[in-house]
Amino acid sequence: MSLNNKKINDFVIRFANVNGTGSASANFLFTKAIFRMGIPVTPKNIFPSNIQGLPTWYEVRVSEKGYLGRREGIDLIVAVNPQSMLADIKSLRSGGYLLYDSSKQLHSEYLREDINYIGIPLMEMCNENFTDARQRQLFKNIIYVGALAALLSIEFKEIEGLLAEQFKGKEKLIPANIKALNLGMDFVYKNFKYPLEFHLERRDLLKESIMIDGNSACGLGAVYAGATVAAWYPITPSTSVVEAFNDYSKDLRIDKISGKKNVAIVQAEDELAAIGMVIGANWNGARAFTATSGPGLSLMNEFLGLAYFAEVPTVLIDVQRTGPSTGMPTRTQQSDILEAAYASHGDTKHVLLFPSTPKECFDMTIECFDLAEQLQTPIILMTDLDLGMNDHISPPFVWDDKREYNRGKVLDAEALENIEKFGRYLDVDKDGIPYRTIPGTHPTKGSFFTRGTSRDEYAIYTEDSDAYRRNMDRLIRKWNTAKDLVPEPQLYQKSNNCEVGILFFGTSTYSAEEAMDQINHNGVIVDAIRIKSFPFNNTVEQFINEHKKVFVIEQNRDAQMKSLLMIELQIDPNKLISVLNYDGMPITAENILKQVSNKIKSNFHIEKSKSI
Amino acid sequence: MSYIRPKFRHPELPKNKLGYSVDFYEGALSTLCAGCGHDSISAGVIQACYEMNIEPHRLAKLSGIGCSSKTPAYFLSNSHGFNSVHGRMPSVATGANLANRDLIYFGVSGDGDTASIGMGQFVHVIRRNLNMIYIVMNNGCYGLTKGQDSATADNGSKNKSGQVNPFESIDLASLAIELGAGFVAQSFSGDKTQLIPLIKAAIKHPGFAFINVISPCVTFNNNVGSTKSYDYVREHLDATSTIDFVPEMKEITTNYEEGSSKNVKMHDGSVLQLNKLAKDWDPMNRQSVANAMMIAKSKGEILTGLLYMSQNTVDLHNTIQTNDRALNSLTKKDLCPGNEILKTINAELR
Repeated sequence: MSLNNKKINDFVIRFANVNGTGSASANFLFTKAIFRMGIPVTPKNIFPSNIQGLPTWYEVRVSEKGYLGRREGIDLIVAVNPQSMLADIKSLRSGGYLLYDSSKQLHSEYLREDINYIGIPLMEMCNENFTDARQRQLFKNIIYVGALAALLSIEFKEIEGLLAEQFKGKEKLIPANIKALNLGMDFVYKNFKYPLEFHLERRDLLKESIMIDGNSACGLGAVYAGATVAAWYPITPSTSVVEAFNDYSKDLRIDKISGKKNVAIVQAEDELAAIGMVIGANWNGARAFTATSGPGLSLMNEFLGLAYFAEVPTVLIDVQRTGPSTGMPTRTQQSDILEAAYASHGDTKHVLLFPSTPKECFDMTIECFDLAEQLQTPIILMTDLDLGMNDHISPPFVWDDKREYNRGKVLDAEALENIEKFGRYLDVDKDGIPYRTIPGTHPTKGSFFTRGTSRDEYAIYTEDSDAYRRNMDRLIRKWNTAKDLVPEPQLYQKSNNCEVGILFFGTSTYSAEEAMDQINHNGVIVDAIRIKSFPFNNTVEQFINEHKKVFVIEQNRDAQMKSLLMIELQIDPNKLISVLNYDGMPITAENILKQVSNKIKSNFHIEKSKSI
Repeated sequence: MSYIRPKFRHPELPKNKLGYSVDFYEGALSTLCAGCGHDSISAGVIQACYEMNIEPHRLAKLSGIGCSSKTPAYFLSNSHGFNSVHGRMPSVATGANLANRDLIYFGVSGDGDTASIGMGQFVHVIRRNLNMIYIVMNNGCYGLTKGQDSATADNGSKNKSGQVNPFESIDLASLAIELGAGFVAQSFSGDKTQLIPLIKAAIKHPGFAFINVISPCVTFNNNVGSTKSYDYVREHLDATSTIDFVPEMKEITTNYEEGSSKNVKMHDGSVLQLNKLAKDWDPMNRQSVANAMMIAKSKGEILTGLLYMSQNTVDLHNTIQTNDRALNSLTKKDLCPGNEILKTINAELR
C-alpha cells in the first residue's frame, strides 16, 4: 500500500523520549496545535510501567481523511532518547526523517543511507540560552516543537495561543517558551529545506469536535449521571477515571450553602473493598461506581456474583490492559471480555457496554447508571487503555436537560402503604425485574434481608429446590429483558450488500472503518456491524445469520468476542473468522487488511451477493 | 424449620417511647445451636434497641459469612439487613454509610470473618473511622465448617478433637486500640448486664465502635482445655468496671465511693457511668489501656467492659467533608450540572 502519495496532512511522527523529562506537555502542544488547525490527528502514548528514566514514545498520526486508528510506517522520528536510539532509527520507514540532538556527533551505527537526518544541537542551544538546569531539560522539548513547526508548517499563532492558555496566571513563563520555539524554528529556517514534502495545511475539518481521553469522559459522565459515591483502588490504566471524577466534582459538586461535597470518593484498601463499597452504596440508594483494570476485575469476581444474585445495582468501568496476570500494564487489549461477561462462580452473566469514542465513554457511563438501576444488576463498561489514556478526537458532549435519571423499580413509603405484602423477589411485571426498597423508607413495611444465599420471593432464606430454580429462571427472564434495554449495535448499511460481513467493537472501530474504506476502494462494499453491548440484541444475531462469513475483529489472542457470540447465539464456529491483534499495541488497518486478505486468499475479491 | 415460635405476646408488654414493645424488635427464629452465645448477644441487641427507642427502619444490619453473620436475621426484623460475602462486611457498610449518613449501621461479624479473611477490611474500616457499631461474636472456632481453630483461638487452647492450637492468637480488642478505634469494648455473651449498656454506648458513639464479645460455641469449642468455653471465660473474666448507660438529660442518682467511679460524657450529652473502676485504669487514655491489656494477657485474664473511648472522634464523613444531607437523598437538580456547563467544558477541550 502506498502511503506517500498524499503528502499533505497525512503522516506519522513518533517522539522517542525519556520518561519523566517533561516531554509530555511539549508533545501535547504539538498535537493540539494540529488539532487547532482543523486537521484530524490522533496521538498514542506508548509508555513504560515506570516513573522515571525508561523510554517512552508518543506517536502522532495526522490524517486528513479522518482515520484515527494507529498506522504503521513512521515518517519522522524525534529521537531524543539515546537509550532507544538504535531501535528508533530502525523503525523509521525508508525515506523518512530522523530529528536528533546534534550536540554530539552521531555514532556510525546510527547511520542509515535510506533516511534523512535533521540534526539540531538541542543541548547546546539550551546551554547557551538558559541557565536553570530544569529549564535546560524542559526547553529541549520546546525547541524541537519549534523545529517541527517549521518543518511541518504548524501555524505559529496556534502554538502561541496554546501557550497563553497553558500559562494563564503564570504569564511570565511565556516569553522563555516562545524563545525556545523560535530557536528551533530559526535553526530549521537557516539550515534545512522546509517544509518537508509531507506537511500540514489548515483544513478546519473538525468543526465542533473536542479532544479528550476516554477516562476523563467516563469521570465526567459519572458526574452527569448523578453518581455520589466512588470507591476505587489505583491501577493503570483506570486510575484517571476516578481522578477525573474527583477533579470535576471539585467544581461541580460543591453544595452552595454549606460548601461541603455532594460526593464521597474513597480510595479503598484493595479492589475487593472498592466493589464492596459500591455495592453497599447502591444498595442504600446512592448511585455508586468503581473503575479498575484486569487484575482488579479478577479480584472483584466474588462481589460481582453477589450483586448479580442479590440484585444490587452496580457500575464498574473496566479499562482493559494487556493480560494475563500483570501482563503488560501499560499496553492495550480487549481481553477481559469473557472474564467480565461471566464474572464469578455459579451461573452468572453480566451486562457489558463497549464504547469506542470519548463521547461514548461519557454517554455510556450515564447509560450504565440507568441500566444498573433499571435491571438491578452489575453493568460493566468495557473500555481499554487506548481509549482511556490517549487523547481522541470526539464529537462534543451533549446532555439533554429534560432527561431524568431512571432509578428503576424502587418503592417509596407511599407505594409501600398501598401494597398488601411486599415481596422483594416477586416478578410482579413478568419482566424478571422485581421491586426493591431502600433502607430507612418505612417503619413497618418493605424491610428485607439482602443475601447471597438462596431465598424465596419474599427474601426468606430457603434451600427449597423449586424456589431456587424459580429465582434462577427469573434472572434469565431479566436477562432477556435487558436485550431490549441495552444500546443497539451500529449497522453501516441500510441493507446487506455482500455475503461477507465484518463485526467489531470498542477501539478496533477506528482501524476497522479505515480497513473498510480500503476494501471499498477496491470496489467491494462489505457489510459491517459495531457491537455496543452484551447481551447481544436481535440485530446482532440477524446480521450474522444474513451473512455467509463474518470477520470478527478483536484485540486478544483467544477470540473472546467470537466465543461469546458462539456461546450466546449458537453460531456455527466456521462462520466466524477471527481477525486478531494481541501485541499490546492498538490494532491497525493494515493489520486487519492483511489478515482479511490472507483468510479470504483472493485479496479482497469478495464476491458481491448483489449490486448496490 | 422444625418448630414455630408462638406469635402470642402478653398484651400488656411495656412499650417504649415510640409505642413499641420489645417483640417489635425481634427477628426470625434463630437456627443456631441451642445454648449458642450468639443468641444471647442478639437478645442484648434487641433489648438495647428497645430501651433506646430506636426506630428499627433507621438502622441497617450488616454482616459477612459464618454463624455470627447469620444473627442479623434473628433481631430487628423491621430493619433492612445485608448478609454480604465472607470478610467483606466492612466495605459494604462503608458504602452504605457513605450513601446515607442518617442511619445507624450495625455490623456483626465473627472471629473467622474478621480476624482471618476479613482482617484487611477490618483494619481499614477502623482507619477510616466509619460511624458504625462493629460486634465480633468471638468463639475461637469455625462453627459452620465443624470446629476448626480460628485466628483468635488462644495459643495452647485445646479444641474438641483434642488438638492444641500451636499459634499465637490475634487479640482483636488490642488491635482495634492500636489502630486508633475511638470506642473499644470487650464483653462476654453470658453477661447481659454488662453487654447491654456497652451496646447502647456503642450505638451512641459517633464513630467506629468495636465490641469484641467472647461468645462460646457450645457445639465445637466448649470442652475442657478450651479458653473460649463458658467455664473458662467465667473463671477468667476481669471486669474493668461495671457500666451504666445514662441517656441524655437523665439525672444521675447513684453514688459510688470517690475514686471508684467515673462519668464519661458522650457527644450528645448521654453519660457512661463507670463504677468500681479498676486501679490504674483510665478508659480515656490509650496508653494506660494498652498497658493494662498486655498485663491482663500475661496473666491469662480477659479484661471486659469499656476498654477505651475517645471523646474527640472525627468520622469518615467529617474527614472527607461530605454534605450533611444524605447523599442518597440528592436529586438530579442537586447533582447534574446541566448542558450549559457542558458546553463550556466542550469549549475548553477544543
